[in-house]
Amino acid sequence: MIAVIEPTWYLLLAAMLFGIGAFGLMVRRNPLIMFMCVELMLNAANLTFVAMATRLNDINGQTAVFFVLVVAAAEVVVGLGILVSILRRRPGATADDLAELKG
Amino acid sequence: MIASLLAQAGDWTSPSIDWAALAPEIVLAIGVNIILLLDLQLAETKKWAIATITGFVLLGSFVAVVVLAVTGDGARSLFDGRYVVDDYALILKALFLLAAYVVVLLSQTELEEGGYYQGEFYVLLVCSVLGMVMMASARDLVSIFVALELLSIPAYMMAAWNKRNRKSNEAGIKYYLLGVFASAVLLYGMSLLFGATGSTKLTDIGAALLDGDLIGLDVVAVVFVVCGFAFKISAVPFHQWAPDTYEGAPTPVTAFFSVATKAAGFVALMSVVFIAFPGADGVYQPLIWVMAALTMTFGNVLALRQTNIVRMLAYSSVSQGGFILMPLAFAGEPGVGPAALNAVIVYLIAYAFMNLGAFAVVIAVTRKTRSGEISSFGGLFSYAPGLAVAMTIFFASLAGIPPLAGWFAKFNAFKAVLDAGTTAAYVLAAIAAVNTVIAAAYYMRVLRVVWMDEAPDGDTSPVKSPAPVVAALAITVLGTIVLGVLPNLIARAGAIDALTGAFAG
Repeated sequence: MIAVIEPTWYLLLAAMLFGIGAFGLMVRRNPLIMFMCVELMLNAANLTFVAMATRLNDINGQTAVFFVLVVAAAEVVVGLGILVSILRRRPGATADDLAELKG
Repeated sequence: MIASLLAQAGDWTSPSIDWAALAPEIVLAIGVNIILLLDLQLAETKKWAIATITGFVLLGSFVAVVVLAVTGDGARSLFDGRYVVDDYALILKALFLLAAYVVVLLSQTELEEGGYYQGEFYVLLVCSVLGMVMMASARDLVSIFVALELLSIPAYMMAAWNKRNRKSNEAGIKYYLLGVFASAVLLYGMSLLFGATGSTKLTDIGAALLDGDLIGLDVVAVVFVVCGFAFKISAVPFHQWAPDTYEGAPTPVTAFFSVATKAAGFVALMSVVFIAFPGADGVYQPLIWVMAALTMTFGNVLALRQTNIVRMLAYSSVSQGGFILMPLAFAGEPGVGPAALNAVIVYLIAYAFMNLGAFAVVIAVTRKTRSGEISSFGGLFSYAPGLAVAMTIFFASLAGIPPLAGWFAKFNAFKAVLDAGTTAAYVLAAIAAVNTVIAAAYYMRVLRVVWMDEAPDGDTSPVKSPAPVVAALAITVLGTIVLGVLPNLIARAGAIDALTGAFAG
């Protein structure tokens, strides 16, 4: 008999993932890594939706995840497009290099 | 889980859909495809036709909204109340479509002369507008999220549209990274909210939060959701992207961001606050109070020291956002709710006209001067008196001088706040009053340059504005003056105690 993992643990895991993502977004300076951190945060939200759906025995939380997955994919496409157009112009640019606009 | 899915699949029937209520969205969705296909067929020299067709698509959708408003008998509720077409939604849909139409007029010559990708631009613009139009009706966390992303994702691309320009690239990536971060925060808040209340439908969430005391999870969820929207409306301390993106993006796109996407953020925030959070007013009210006070103060103080007009308008738009946010800080006080809702909608409508107008003047003038510096506007009155007068109207309206639209909007916002009658309300109203004076200072500084100074390069040849820009100016001047002189037009239209699901108890 396999021990059942309580949804609470998934919620804690999701909270940690969200924290790691948010922390990474703030300290890392490579735009690509920053994208990955945002993905981590979105997936933390997905995991919370699924864990909550299991806890409440409600299918709505699981369907929400499908919408989020599609939206996240679309976001990545756009983000990478913008990133490529920057890196073509300035190879190896980090977030700190993108500082022409300020004040 | 699969077994329960299959068990549910047996008794599933297709919901009956009120297609007429969805007409504005359907027109836009079909329009997007038509524009995309036509763009493939048209020769490069005939791309200008796309702008005209986009205008007709927006007009068609606008007609659908008007027909729904005239023939509608109360609210039409679709998908078990998760998508509602009521007066509130229709007014805001009309606002988004009108703002988008003005942006099309402004973009037309800019895109033609700049050699940008014209067809794709309008496809993205209409996609973004479709997201906004959906946002006005969305009454479910998932549909709010999807609408928000549908309006944001094309906007990220539009910010980086001038892809040969490093500033535009930078504007795009900054907007993208912070926008996606905000979406993640919002989504995490939504997932917690779903867990805490057991539903994604706003009315059910509202009922669940009203029922019993708030627990820690509810509080965290409400804070995350409000902060997620705060990014979209560029409220301080989540405003850092706004000035950079506004300055770097092509100016018509900036006009679109500062009016339409901001209004869409407010619409989502209003739906959530009024329908889902009446039980959590102790949580969101202080949060919004602090954000409103910080937003108007920081926006104004930073606007004071700008020398670039677009950047100044960016900070001015941040600070105007604080004024729009102000009534929401008291949305939960007894009896203030309808007044606060009315004040926000009236402000959004007035703000759309005057801010689009201000950007229209900037676009018209910079076509000649090729400079965004405020000093380059010197002598405008001597060579382009029409533009100088239009600029005076818009800036005076932004400063809140009667009898222009901005004055009535500010008056309404103050009235809603003072209706609350608490100490917090009086303090916030006092902060807002001080800010109105600071704001007047930098608007007047620009007007002094326009009226008093000489042209810096001595070039006083008249400005030749293309017809679409003149049309945009005409619409916005008319709107700004008419709404100021006859405020009853929107005061009544804004009196919507029928935001379905809200103010029930």
